[in-house]
Amino acid sequence: MAVKLKTPLSEEDVLKLRAGDIVHLSGTIYTARDSAHRRILSLPREELPFEPEGAVIYHCGPVVRKRGDGYEVVSAGPTTSARMNAYLDEILNLGVRGIIGKGGMEVRSFKDRAVYFAFTGGAGSLAAKSIKRVKAVHWLDLGIPEALWVLEVEDFPVLVAIDSHGNSLYR
Amino acid sequence: MANAIVEAIRLAVTRIPDDVVLALEEAYGREESEIARFNLENILKAIDIGKTESIPVCQDTGTLTFFVKAGVNSPFLGELEDAIIEATRRATEDVPLRPNAVDILTGRNSGDNTGRGVPIIHWEITEGDEIEVAVLPKGGGSENCSALAMLTPSEGWEGVKRFVVAHVKACGGKPCPPVILGIGVGGSADLSLKLAKKALLRRVGEGHPNERIAGLEGEILGAVNSLGIGPMGMGGRTTALDVKIEVAHRHPASFPVGLVVQCWANRRAFLRIKPDGRVEVWQ
Repeated sequence: MAVKLKTPLSEEDVLKLRAGDIVHLSGTIYTARDSAHRRILSLPREELPFEPEGAVIYHCGPVVRKRGDGYEVVSAGPTTSARMNAYLDEILNLGVRGIIGKGGMEVRSFKDRAVYFAFTGGAGSLAAKSIKRVKAVHWLDLGIPEALWVLEVEDFPVLVAIDSHGNSLYR
Repeated sequence: MANAIVEAIRLAVTRIPDDVVLALEEAYGREESEIARFNLENILKAIDIGKTESIPVCQDTGTLTFFVKAGVNSPFLGELEDAIIEATRRATEDVPLRPNAVDILTGRNSGDNTGRGVPIIHWEITEGDEIEVAVLPKGGGSENCSALAMLTPSEGWEGVKRFVVAHVKACGGKPCPPVILGIGVGGSADLSLKLAKKALLRRVGEGHPNERIAGLEGEILGAVNSLGIGPMGMGGRTTALDVKIEVAHRHPASFPVGLVVQCWANRRAFLRIKPDGRVEVWQ
């Protein structure tokens, strides 16, 4: 089944998805890797530069190019999500409804509340085609790969690899 | 010279070598599951976009590693290291590459892919007046699945096979399969890993010239593919595209095995610097 979804995601959006579904995701997504996860969890909620309720976090460190007074994403595939397993429960406790990455994560953490979307690792040039613009960037002091990039995506084709009902595509 | 090295880096990250593309296309033809085909189709599309738009196929443009065969009589030996570092800085800006060099104590990103010990340069002195440089940009996801086993000699080649298959199984989808496995056997702990990485420079589909070693490569490839991990770890027939083994003599007490896992984006490019300064770049 292929469905179109727009961020922020609701609980209802998430619960109807099943492992193996293809989702064309549009709206705003936020990149975060190891350091950004640590920072998100170290700050009080009101100091976060984004609203976590319904948010989709992308495990991605993009290649970016300066364009005028902003940035353009050149290549932006997913990074290995398992590194972020240690933060997963706390991140989902903030209300985050979707994670995009590669390689999979702890299945039980997603139960009844969120989904794990997979995009093909290494296919960064293709993923960049779905990124319409960089809306903002926070925490550049962490370095370009680890900063929190606020991206607007349109019809980003991702696969539901872990659903909220305990199903996973990973072997 | 730095300009030519920038071009080799650009070629390596924007174009996946033909032998790798062919192996991926064959894998696409073999896979039956819709999910395996979704992933392989995305890979082939990304390769095409990288080539036509001259942009990095994968956002992880890796840590740059250079294998240098330095002819003792080349007039450019003295300037090569500086040229490689300068080219790395320039390529980061021009290609562009993702800045991937982080200070080990402060965690600060240097911003230009250079820093203590990086880019990595392996030197080998050869006869003659030419320099040949292989560029291998290698991503972190697959590099994190590298491993070393210090087997006992009694475990021998059976042990190598057991170790490699068990390790690839444990890594699952993390290193972006279908992978290419570089295996270094013998020498010492450090040499086996270096040989494993160097093995990745060989073309996919090209077996080791020694028939027995080529046979072992095929056996390990078959065993790894029967794991069913498949493209991106979501099941399928193709977990590895190829297995490359390089060997060295060993200490009688040791049987070291270095394993370097390379994701499907098996990026590489080469350049040759002639004594008159002319440079050839190829893949």
